[in-house]
Amino acid sequence: MGSYVPSTKEERREMLEAIGLKDYRELYQDVPAEMYLDKPLDLPEGMSELEVSHAMNAMASKNRVFSTVLRGAGAYDHYIPSIVKYIPAKEEFLTAYTPYQAEMSQGVLQSIFEYQTMICELTGMAVSNASVYDGATAAAEAAAMCRDRKRRVTLISAAAHPDTINTVRTYCYGTNDELRIVPVKDGKTDLDALKEMLTADVASFYVQQPNFFGQFEDCTAIGEMVHAAGAQYIMGCNPIALAIMKTPAECGADIAVGEGQPLGMPISFGGPYLGFMAATQKMMRKLPGRIVGETVDAKGERAYVLSLQAREQHIRREKASSNICSNQALCALTAGVYMSAMGPRGMAEAANQSMAKAHYLAKGLCAIEGVSLKYEGAFFHEFVTVMPKAEEVLAALAEADILGGLPVEGGILWCATEKVCREKLDETIAIVKEVLGK
Amino acid sequence: MKLIFEKSVPGRGTTMLGKCDVEAVALPAELCRQEAPALPEISETDLSRHYTELCQKVHGVNCGFYPLGSCTMKYNPRIDEEIAALPGFTAVHPLAPKETVEGCYEALDTAKKYLCEVTGMDDMTFQPAAGAHGEFTGVLLIKQYHESRGESHRNKIIVPDSAHGTNPATAAMCGYEIVNIPSAPNGCVDLEALKAVLGNDTAGLMLTNPNTVGIFDENILEITRLVHEAGGQCYYDGANLNAVMGAVRPGDMGFDCIHMNLHKTFATPHGGGGPGAGAVGCKGHLAAFLPSSALMDNDGRLQVRSFAGNFLVVIKALTYVMTLGAEGIKEASANAVLNANYLMRKIQGTFEPAFDRICMHEFVLDLSEFKKRTGVSALDVAKSLIDHGMHPPTMYFPLIVHEALMLEPTETESRETLDWAAEIFRKLYALAETDPEYMHNAPHNAAIARPDEVRAARTPILRYTK
Repeated sequence: MGSYVPSTKEERREMLEAIGLKDYRELYQDVPAEMYLDKPLDLPEGMSELEVSHAMNAMASKNRVFSTVLRGAGAYDHYIPSIVKYIPAKEEFLTAYTPYQAEMSQGVLQSIFEYQTMICELTGMAVSNASVYDGATAAAEAAAMCRDRKRRVTLISAAAHPDTINTVRTYCYGTNDELRIVPVKDGKTDLDALKEMLTADVASFYVQQPNFFGQFEDCTAIGEMVHAAGAQYIMGCNPIALAIMKTPAECGADIAVGEGQPLGMPISFGGPYLGFMAATQKMMRKLPGRIVGETVDAKGERAYVLSLQAREQHIRREKASSNICSNQALCALTAGVYMSAMGPRGMAEAANQSMAKAHYLAKGLCAIEGVSLKYEGAFFHEFVTVMPKAEEVLAALAEADILGGLPVEGGILWCATEKVCREKLDETIAIVKEVLGK
Repeated sequence: MKLIFEKSVPGRGTTMLGKCDVEAVALPAELCRQEAPALPEISETDLSRHYTELCQKVHGVNCGFYPLGSCTMKYNPRIDEEIAALPGFTAVHPLAPKETVEGCYEALDTAKKYLCEVTGMDDMTFQPAAGAHGEFTGVLLIKQYHESRGESHRNKIIVPDSAHGTNPATAAMCGYEIVNIPSAPNGCVDLEALKAVLGNDTAGLMLTNPNTVGIFDENILEITRLVHEAGGQCYYDGANLNAVMGAVRPGDMGFDCIHMNLHKTFATPHGGGGPGAGAVGCKGHLAAFLPSSALMDNDGRLQVRSFAGNFLVVIKALTYVMTLGAEGIKEASANAVLNANYLMRKIQGTFEPAFDRICMHEFVLDLSEFKKRTGVSALDVAKSLIDHGMHPPTMYFPLIVHEALMLEPTETESRETLDWAAEIFRKLYALAETDPEYMHNAPHNAAIARPDEVRAARTPILRYTK
């Protein structure tokens, strides 16, 4: 069996003796005999490091790693600069706890302060928290920030990510609040329906930009409509797109959130990811979770601390703005390193190339007879095609080591990033053509 | 030290991407941002050195002793990191066809099977991303269960006053009224106080056992029986699970659901505050209410975050459990308890434990008498420990002990480390008599002196501006 307990048998005996006990059972003297386990747990025998490495490698090798990924839908396969893998792996960053003791955690605190600044830059918003679990929980927490005594209803666009909608629904279920879903028209939020649904009891509306189908929403018009109805405006944003796109601040958002995974985190079967959250100055004290602030130490030197803690559960208990404790510090660090390594030009390049490649793919696919775009509107790096034989197409692509788009209702949702080269896009188009030509 | 923005020079940067090999497409003008974000423009050399300098201002478990009570700062095995970094786990899409990700499902199923056995539960979800998130998930199981039985009138969750702050905050997020009950003097549940609040409006009880002062509540079977008798459900906060693995199971104590902090008990690193994983286990009658993903599963269930949770964290925990096996798991907990008792007795005679009895994996020192005599507070002692390269214990928690310092050494510390730590505590005890002023101003050798937290809260500066 493997073990990380340093003490030898002899040392353990001596330690037990030193505290006046005979054996390990006496350590558990408070545990009533009727529930003390007198037989071993039904688990396999432990392993050496080499054995466990073999076993886990065998498990990993049962997964198929596609050399080309044309599937997004909330998990985006962007290029991750090499240094982004090395810095968060530094043991001090990796093995530290939440920076409760500022004197011993300036490195973590400063890295979060820098991350907060970068998120503010990206979104144009005034303040950012230290991150939450993922984009879906960020949306749910943002909706909770907006509810007050009079306005309890949350609206969300049906063109948001299905997992985001369901997570927001779950958080609303928790507090016995209502979630209403604004329908989609031509792949975008139906603005006429939205206008009607913005009643006096609505606290906020959440829209995703670009939306689940890759389409650009008219976020400025939506913002005006939401504010005219006295509700708060939450935008869920793709952080790569933000490098070139009109910011949530410019669109009038009160809160900007999003899935931070594209900022240097691998797709990893869904996690760990990163939820970023930024807001206007006015909403600052309603933000959930950790926030790092700048101050000075007793010698007058610049220092960083966990700040505005009066909002949090360990102080306010049931009156806290959220129960959240952990943020995703190491993922926030990863995002910070990614944004620094890419810089403003590199991020814009990633955004522009993703968009260009998606359009190249869309154009190539739609040149094939029987294939068309499901929605007419402008899109970023995802789009939905209507085509026959979707299943066969995806199977043929898989055979060529290409993970094709995601089957969705009435079509396939494709995604391209800067990582995919033209050659692979041409190959994809040729395979689709071949399958449909049969 | 400088912020990364202060090292930024316009025009500097790295070369990560090549020329675009397809025709450029312009974003419609009305969708473009006015100006580029002011992200750092920095060479890779400076970038690497910046973060190296930052990491030198962080104390991790790899640096030294970290007895932060309730946080289980045990050693994080490097093999777990290596396994979780395999492309077979990192380069797979959560929405890839199921037949191409059999390894992921095998890992999740195996982890579920093992952790159900450790906790005495029947089913489990790995979707929650952290402990508090697991609590939220677990209490929602209870809520759905009552609703399914037409008992939505059960609107109260009972929480002892010694509980973690997340417990009442979670119950509030689940729409419950919180009934705080006072603890017995030893931090255990006061049976009379519990009986007095139980009724047909009771939805459930949230409890951690061993409790937050590190004592195993010997009345636990009676407690869970009483709650069940009143029609309520029992929620186990798994923050302290590292005390009891292989010795006693929450399922056998009568609990209906539980969250585990994989980043505490199962040795996955805390990463400076996350990512963690808050796996939630439950008995069969709650299994139908476990969350899923709308996009991956589409079965109409609730969900608490996207996809399948912090998958790579689960991989690390699984690697750990497979390494230890049945015997090793039991050995880990038993030695966590041994180390805590050993350290408590070694310190005793100077700083006194709040409860002079056997403890589980952690113990609480009560410095109120000491402070009265010397003027040196728990905070002063904590800050003085920093100068000795030890991370301070949890301070001023639980709330039922005044001037509390809560120590959890974990099983991965050697006897020499414990002896050394006890010696430091003894030294500080003596120093408080001779030079309390020095301790009021500690730390003296850290990256910074004590920060002005009041100023940070009053005039918030939450981002860098030029």
